[in-house]
Amino acid sequence: MTQHAEAQTAVATATAEAVFRQEAGRVLATLIRLIGDFELAEEARQEAFTAALEQWPIKGIPENPRAWLVDVGRNKAIDFIRRQALFRSKYPDLEMSAVEQAAAAPNEDEADDAAFGDDRLRLIFTCCHPALNIEAQVALTLRAICGLSTEAVARAFLVGEETMAQRLVRAKKKIRDAGIPYETPPPHLLDERIAGALAAVYLVFSEGYAVTSGENLIREDLCSEAIRLGRLLDALLPNRAAIQGLLALMLLHDARRKARVTASGDIVLLEDQDHTLWNWPQIEEGLALVERALRIKGKVSPYTVQAAIAALHARAPRESATDWPQIVGLYEVLLHIQPSPVVELNHAVAVSMVDGPARALNLLDSLAARGGIDDYHLLSAARAKLLQRLGRKEEALAAYRAALKSARLEPERRLLTRRIAEFDKQPARD
Amino acid sequence: MQYLLLIYVSESDESKMDKSTLEAVHAEYGTFTQGIIQGGQFKGGERLRPVATASTVRIRNGKTVITDGPFAETREQLGGFYMIEAKNLDEATAIAARIPGARHGSIEVRPIWPMS
Repeated sequence: MTQHAEAQTAVATATAEAVFRQEAGRVLATLIRLIGDFELAEEARQEAFTAALEQWPIKGIPENPRAWLVDVGRNKAIDFIRRQALFRSKYPDLEMSAVEQAAAAPNEDEADDAAFGDDRLRLIFTCCHPALNIEAQVALTLRAICGLSTEAVARAFLVGEETMAQRLVRAKKKIRDAGIPYETPPPHLLDERIAGALAAVYLVFSEGYAVTSGENLIREDLCSEAIRLGRLLDALLPNRAAIQGLLALMLLHDARRKARVTASGDIVLLEDQDHTLWNWPQIEEGLALVERALRIKGKVSPYTVQAAIAALHARAPRESATDWPQIVGLYEVLLHIQPSPVVELNHAVAVSMVDGPARALNLLDSLAARGGIDDYHLLSAARAKLLQRLGRKEEALAAYRAALKSARLEPERRLLTRRIAEFDKQPARD
Repeated sequence: MQYLLLIYVSESDESKMDKSTLEAVHAEYGTFTQGIIQGGQFKGGERLRPVATASTVRIRNGKTVITDGPFAETREQLGGFYMIEAKNLDEATAIAARIPGARHGSIEVRPIWPMS
């Protein structure tokens, strides 16, 4: 091979890989529609990609790589079903009609972006079907829609690759055997199913934004995938307040990513963050989206309210200029539409910035008295801060120690340890 | 696809129902059954007598053992079933949601494993 040909091969290989990364989710979604089986579609996609790596360097990159991959994948699947039909072993319930159906689908359909969009939307609803447990929903979505490898999905959720592979196999088996449809839900189910899909996306984001245990505070890859999914949903189902609200919420939180942690991995609280480290173009995008989501008629989504709170924090030129009264109001809306101990806690903290620490402490004590979240370290830490502001040093110290006892995340533990150490340097106020 | 819809309800709650409530429930079941017969989804279905009438059969060491029961300590018991034909799980769960027992008990939706 000449040097020139070698270089050409390298370019074609790199292009094939880039195309695959970009198109993996779309190609799979379309193959699933054509073939009607998740696992077979995955195998077909893999074979199509292998064929691309062999042929593109020799024959050149096809004009429409995506349609080429779908076409080759479909033919591989048809061959496979025909072989299996002879032996009737692995896919006894796949009939020849599936072959006819796959073979009959016109090609121009595959080149059409709108059709691809619909396929991916169908697949999102399949992956996030309520008959699958939430762990399976999230794993399937990351694997099938985002194109993450099983190993990457396993790493993201801190489980072994084998465990994750089994979880995915079980989920795909349930889709096939229980007859979970590859369909965009009918209108009367759509809102509810969108809510389910958004819950899965938000779980991916939350896991990335504030991992629940371990060394690292942020898993950027998960945040980025969640935002990608949010953008995809917004593009496929435009002008839906809940989708835009969640996307705005994720964009605004993620924009503060760089300012939230020091180089050594320590937490920087919102009030201490360097605003120049915020991702301002992303904040602008988030702010515009909140505005749009708030203008959409209908019931207000909890995501939109949370995004509006994040927007007020982002708009404050400095911490002391934050519009706390409006934030308190928004938390009250949230308490009304989606009450939870975490919302109550955040509401109380906002109240402390408007009415002072005494009233906020009452709210927190009432929350604690109702039980259920005794070992919730954020509650103890919030109490500690209020007690400190009230000059009740001993109680504050005890509350910080309680928080340290139940915190699991290393950076949070270091922050609490620093707070406790600061007490020794402070002159007693009481 | 075919699905078996298993209706789990509390026998003790049902035994406390007065006559007019029971009649109303029976009428509701009748309407539901007629609905899925007309819709072409009905393949079969029966009400079961209470668990107190159940017997269990096992073969152990080549010997047939018949016992009273089962009397598992559960709040809800299998009280009846429907066998239906549905396009997919969404259609099956939508039919399950129309069963009167879904409002106070629960309906387990199981796909039939086709024998080939």
